[in-house]
Amino acid sequence: MIETENLTKKFGDLVAVDGVSFSVSEGEVFGFLGPNGAGKTTTVRILCCLISKTSGGARIGGYDVSDEADSLKIRKMIGLVPDNVGLYEALSAYKNLDFYGRLYGCPEAQRKENIRRFLTMLGLWEKKDVATGTFSKGMKQKLAIARALVHDPQVLFMDEPTANLDPESSKTVRDFILELRKEKRTIFLNTHNLDEAQRVCDRIAILNTKLMATGTPEELERMVGARRAVIRLEEPSQTVLAALKKRFPDVDVTADGTSLTVEATDPEKQTPDIVEAVVRAGGRVQFAGVVGSTLEDTYLKLVRRDA
Amino acid sequence: MRLSQCWIVASKDLATITKRRNILYSTFVVPFIIAFMFPLLIRYIIEKGTAASALSYLLPSFEFFFFILAGLIPSTIASYSIVGEKVEKSLEPLLATPTTDSEILVGKSIAAILPALGAILSASVVFMGLTDAVTAGKLGYYYFPNWGAALVFLLLVPLGTVMSVEWSVLISSRVSDVRIAQQLGSLLILPFAGIYVAGELNLVQLGDTGTLLIIAGALALVDLLFLYVVQAAFRREEILTRWK
Ligand SMILES: Nc1ncnc2c1ncn2[C@@H]1O[C@H](COP(=O)(O)OP(=O)(O)O)[C@@H](O)[C@H]1O
Ligand SMILES: [Mg+2]
Repeated sequence: MIETENLTKKFGDLVAVDGVSFSVSEGEVFGFLGPNGAGKTTTVRILCCLISKTSGGARIGGYDVSDEADSLKIRKMIGLVPDNVGLYEALSAYKNLDFYGRLYGCPEAQRKENIRRFLTMLGLWEKKDVATGTFSKGMKQKLAIARALVHDPQVLFMDEPTANLDPESSKTVRDFILELRKEKRTIFLNTHNLDEAQRVCDRIAILNTKLMATGTPEELERMVGARRAVIRLEEPSQTVLAALKKRFPDVDVTADGTSLTVEATDPEKQTPDIVEAVVRAGGRVQFAGVVGSTLEDTYLKLVRRDA
Repeated sequence: MRLSQCWIVASKDLATITKRRNILYSTFVVPFIIAFMFPLLIRYIIEKGTAASALSYLLPSFEFFFFILAGLIPSTIASYSIVGEKVEKSLEPLLATPTTDSEILVGKSIAAILPALGAILSASVVFMGLTDAVTAGKLGYYYFPNWGAALVFLLLVPLGTVMSVEWSVLISSRVSDVRIAQQLGSLLILPFAGIYVAGELNLVQLGDTGTLLIIAGALALVDLLFLYVVQAAFRREEILTRWK
């Protein structure tokens, strides 16, 4: 459904997106994960035919984003939730959506039905005649999502839809994305929130100007392969930390509150020794276990390697 | 270009504008003040015993004043509708719809031109009616309508309005404050007033249809030149990456 090949965008001397290739299948929720300035917005803008690419290629539904005639066809089949909601604050929620529905050439009956459906799904139907200037951030974001859907697009692009939202609104938006996933819509989700990517995406690409990795959340988790022993004490103790560092000089030992983390090559085998050392140093162990690497580990490793 | 798409954009802007009372005021009040003030002034001049020949020299200047308005009035709406979208950051989702840059530009221009032209032309009708009422006794005939007035109101004023909108779009692409954009946009009255002053100094004959046609030709040329520059500035890539 979405395909890029060596997609590159330069702003003057600055390379914002560097040789990015990926493909997203129909019905897939694809997470585009990366730190600020990674080039997520730039990529989405190229895919939505808003700005030009410098080199490489991108196609949506087989149409070329840089072809004048194709670009109108692409824009008809996609919806965009931009990083800034960009609502008309003087107009009501309904009028905002109706305007967009008309721009997409939606017949009136379908427009009405879609507006009703999405405003109801997002809990905004009661507020449909209220000027959006009075809306809370969360309501505005939800309305921006409804606006992107008013013409029933096959592909939905969302640029950090939960950034700057309170936890409750974020959850509503995330749950809504999961609803949309059931409808088999292709969703391209920009985010810098790992947890969000993990929870809603079928596949994730990690971007830091270049594409660092692509895979399912599970594949990415396993990528770094680092596992470690975690010991939880009754109370934080510098003595125990010092003792562990002394006993295991070659591995990384860190303390975070009452938790001690030991990066071990074979944590199962080493845990008994670790616990013994802790007890000897006077530490009282509440919990000891081995944890696998997380998406966060992979992410940090990939993103930092480049920095 | 699909006019239906332009019209969707224009009608949204028109709906927004009609909700902003101060924008409506600044569009309609000035032309109508002039439409009422000038005939009163003319009546006063007649009461002072001015000769009929002097009147026929004075009336074209008054009538030309409506052309100066064309350089002023549209900038209020044009600046509001473009800088307003810029401030609300609503241009990005708008550009993501299947609407071309030119359709958005034309739609926004229609939304500025229609009310401005409506205000100036309806005020000019009032002006002509009242002026005829106060001058008919002295002149012995109805001065308006005449070919000169037709050229000013139906050719010069529309051409001036278009130029004002184009100028405002250019200003709006560089400025992110509606008021500043409106003020800079209204600077176009300077060259327009320049033509008027040239008329007062007898450098050009504003009552002469030939002269008016030449002015119209020059305006049309500048309009086209501006259109070229405006189209280059109003491109999605420019709007999203270089507009401030
Ligand atoms: N219009 C622009 N002009 C110059 N540089 C830009 C422009 N837009 C984005 N950039 C730069 O491109 C890089 C990627 O930006 P962006 O795509 O917005 O990242 P993200 O959305 O991942 O935070 C950043 O370094 C940013 O400063
Ligand atoms: Mg961004």
